[in-house]
Amino acid sequence: MKYIIAVIKPFKLDEVREALGSIGVAGMTVSEVKGFGRQKGQTEIYRGAEYSTNMLPKVKLEIAASDDLTPQVIETIQQTASTEAIGDGKIFVFDLASATRIRTGETGDTAL
Amino acid sequence: MKRIFFRSAAPALGAFALAGVGLTTPALAQDAADPAALAAAEAVSGGTAYILNTLLFLIGGFLVMWMAAGFAMLEAGLVRSKNVSVQCLKNIGLYSIAGLMFWVIGYSIAYPGFEGGFFGIADFPYAMQGVGEADTGTGYSIASDWFFQMVFCATTASIVSGAVAERVKLVPFFIFVTVLTGFIYPVIVSWEWGAGWLDAMGFSDFAGSTLVHSTGGWAALMGVLIIGPRLGRYGKDGKVAVFPGSSIPLATLGTFILWLGWFGFNGASQLAMGTIGDVSDVSKIFVNTNMAAAAGVVVAIIATQLRYKKADTTMALNGALAGLVAITAEPLTPSVGMAIVIGGIGGLLPVIFVPILDKLKIDDVVGAIPVHLVAGIWGTLAVPLTNTEVPFLAQLTGVVATGVFVCALSAIVWFAIKATIGVRPSEEEELAGLDLGETGIEAYPEFTRTSGS
Repeated sequence: MKYIIAVIKPFKLDEVREALGSIGVAGMTVSEVKGFGRQKGQTEIYRGAEYSTNMLPKVKLEIAASDDLTPQVIETIQQTASTEAIGDGKIFVFDLASATRIRTGETGDTAL
Repeated sequence: MKRIFFRSAAPALGAFALAGVGLTTPALAQDAADPAALAAAEAVSGGTAYILNTLLFLIGGFLVMWMAAGFAMLEAGLVRSKNVSVQCLKNIGLYSIAGLMFWVIGYSIAYPGFEGGFFGIADFPYAMQGVGEADTGTGYSIASDWFFQMVFCATTASIVSGAVAERVKLVPFFIFVTVLTGFIYPVIVSWEWGAGWLDAMGFSDFAGSTLVHSTGGWAALMGVLIIGPRLGRYGKDGKVAVFPGSSIPLATLGTFILWLGWFGFNGASQLAMGTIGDVSDVSKIFVNTNMAAAAGVVVAIIATQLRYKKADTTMALNGALAGLVAITAEPLTPSVGMAIVIGGIGGLLPVIFVPILDKLKIDDVVGAIPVHLVAGIWGTLAVPLTNTEVPFLAQLTGVVATGVFVCALSAIVWFAIKATIGVRPSEEEELAGLDLGETGIEAYPEFTRTSGS
């Protein structure tokens, strides 16, 4: 099992969620986050003074997936979340040691 | 018309009739070929004039009262969310203190019944009329006049609260408001609207570009200088740390409310509605007031777009108010075109002066100093452009004298407060936001703040 964390542009969330649903991803956790990457945010003007918005708003997805499904999940997120512009985000994949469904106690792939 | 009241003096009911009525208006001239019929149509009879004059004060008064809500929303939107609750409390508190102080002593200082004087005081607290009584000698209800003058006094205090926001504790702020509304503002008013020395030398300020807006602006400037900037606002390298406001929609709503209220502020400063000339003038004032604000907005949008490649919403809001302040000194005599010019130049002033004040490390949170002080000076000096009866030197004298008097007294009061009970909260309290330290409740308690600013 893998644990996939993806940081994407907020307005891409619906599209990504739909695409993941269609390849069989059963659930995910979503949070609104802020952060920066290589661009270090951007500079704006407010009332005549410059300021850098060094933390830009993003959406973070967390998905637990079976080993078989993982490559497809990564590919789907990469393709649907891309605008081919700076700030599209990143995808990280971890090994997942275990998963348990709280209601039934099931573990492993069946708990996903 | 000069905005002057003689308390207890008794100008006859027709005293508000204006010269130049009727025949100058093309449509009216057609309808009234018979001069006798025209004369009859010009003025309503005594009782009706009394009622209409009083009605103008009441309508104008509650519109200006509502400007207190406009200031509250504008300031709530332009301060950070950790200070919004305190800013709201300051606004409703200052409005209330202004009313109390204006009754206790302010009105009696503002309208002392002198001619050409520097300082006078009539009986106080001000005795209102009895039940069912009418002061027909003045041509309007004295209570309606008092109410109308009181809300102007409150406006002056509103100007200060925005400039010194986010780093002044409640009690010191309210003490300053008490002195401002009970003494400083009334003395300035007595010089002009109270028939004092500025009025005697020909100074003209129709609805208060200098008397209300510059007075508030000077008091705010002294406060900002003596209190100092918000913590972390100016870095050692001269870099300005930007603290974006908590709510652009609230600030926009506040500006629209102020704009609406201004029709009362300027329109009802005609002070009379008992003749067709007066009603026509009030209508023209509405148009000029609106156009000056509109021009201020458009100029501010264009100026920020050209200078920064992006339009700045808060500057557009400041532009509306600066246009309104600029036209306030003389909203009647300008043509619509001139009103647009006066308001448009007004709208440019915040775009120029907000960055200049930041360079000087003068931390004016909402832009009150460019909007009310600088545009107020501009509007006052621009009066002779359209009203040839007003000498420029008198306008300049009024601006300077108001500045000297208000700065001196405001500085004394701010320094006295600073030296005794102190004006600022502790550093920790300021950084955590005044809401927690001063009111114990945040404006938006269901949203957890995620960053220090």
